[in-house]
Amino acid sequence: MIALEGIAVGVGSFALTDISLQVQTGQYGILMGKTGCGKTTLLEAICGLRPISAGRVLLAGRDVSGLKPAERNIGYVPQDKALFTTMNVRRHLAFSLRVRRAEAKLVEERVAEMADLLDIEPLLDRMPQGLSGGEAQRVALGRALASHPRIICLDEPLSAVDEATRDEMYDLLESLQKRTGVTVLHVTHSHSEARRLGDCVLRLEHGRVRQLEPAPTA
Amino acid sequence: MTSPVPPPALEVDGSFRPKSDLGFFAGLAILSGVYIVLIVLMLMADATYTTPGTLWAALDSPEIRYAIALSLLSCTFTTVLSLWLSVPIGYVMSRFEFRGKALLDAVLDIPIVLPPLVIGLSLLILFRFAPFRWVSNWVVYEIPSVVLAQLMVACAFAVRTMRTTFDQIPPRQEQVAMTLGCSRGQAFWYVTLPQAETGMLAAATLAWARSLGEFGPILIFSGSTRLRTEVLPTTVFLEMQAGNLRAALAVSMIMVIAALVALVVARVFGRRKSILAGGPI
Repeated sequence: MIALEGIAVGVGSFALTDISLQVQTGQYGILMGKTGCGKTTLLEAICGLRPISAGRVLLAGRDVSGLKPAERNIGYVPQDKALFTTMNVRRHLAFSLRVRRAEAKLVEERVAEMADLLDIEPLLDRMPQGLSGGEAQRVALGRALASHPRIICLDEPLSAVDEATRDEMYDLLESLQKRTGVTVLHVTHSHSEARRLGDCVLRLEHGRVRQLEPAPTA
Repeated sequence: MTSPVPPPALEVDGSFRPKSDLGFFAGLAILSGVYIVLIVLMLMADATYTTPGTLWAALDSPEIRYAIALSLLSCTFTTVLSLWLSVPIGYVMSRFEFRGKALLDAVLDIPIVLPPLVIGLSLLILFRFAPFRWVSNWVVYEIPSVVLAQLMVACAFAVRTMRTTFDQIPPRQEQVAMTLGCSRGQAFWYVTLPQAETGMLAAATLAWARSLGEFGPILIFSGSTRLRTEVLPTTVFLEMQAGNLRAALAVSMIMVIAALVALVVARVFGRRKSILAGGPI
């Protein structure tokens, strides 16, 4: 489960205060909102990349508010994907395992598993500069999922892919979540993405998070 | 009823022709050409004034051979030290915001704007105070002073280069690396540093070339003792003082060749893909 309890987070003069939200374990949560309303800031706060000045961040029932990003075990895919410029696709998939000093055999198995899951075996020796938008997105997802996190945060993952690829990515994201059982928080401003993917749809507006789907019971 | 008058068309008869670009390109060519031609002519003048004979004669002198060796070694040592200092300073100045950063930035520029002689003199004065005074006998007018004098200036240029390098690398990749399990140090080491290698090469070349030409601070802080603290610029100075223009020029040519070799080596390495990319991750 992802739960925010009255958190406050600020960037320069921009600040969000008293934000609370919940996405149940194994659900696909969609966080909507206009550009500039603070969706990315909220994701960064969940991942530990931005300090919160009040409230608590609970992941899978554990209070992670004071923990470093590395200790939170969240797969994070930023909007620009931020693939590592000097590493090929294989090293992207192996990265989180190598950092954890996993055995070579496990690393190899996990790279194969991710490549199969995301259908990117032919790309393993390619550098990120040569990948299309959709391919880069798959690699970024694979890199985030390789250590089997229980939670992944996706920041507008489909904003840079064309229409044809978008449908393909919908199927991929859906099947990924079904197969891994991971809890997802997906930030977007697209209603069609929300309708297609969301088990639970939240909207960040005027500094408040409202639950749209499923409609909250009175 | 009068119909509204349409605004006059800009192109009445279709005879409009934009101005020619010729003047612009001619201006670009002339202004850039003047400087480039000056550089080349300067080197050609040096070359025509020296003969291989005087060059060999210069190389035959044990003092000059010593100066060449000391110059090459001290510059290389200074370059390595400069990188060790400029990479962390450049990274801190690029990635972190803190109180007093503007002041620190100005301090880092001091060696660039200070007259070189003043740097030498200031170092000399500094070594009159403890704890520097305690090691003064092994430093001042000795070889370590040559490296220190070179370092004070060369490192400032390397810091500028490294800061620009890190400014151009977006921090996002580091952040993602941290969510994937990296500490800050690991994210820097595995993700950012390999991307900074071209900048490091540029910083190293700049530091090396600056050190090779360093003269003022060395003259004051290290002296110009032959076979002890004499580096190539000191040789040029000493030979000129003795009225020996040909030897001064021959030594200058050696420096020109060394600088050109450094430039070519840096370019060749710069084109090769990723030296550090085969790192542990």
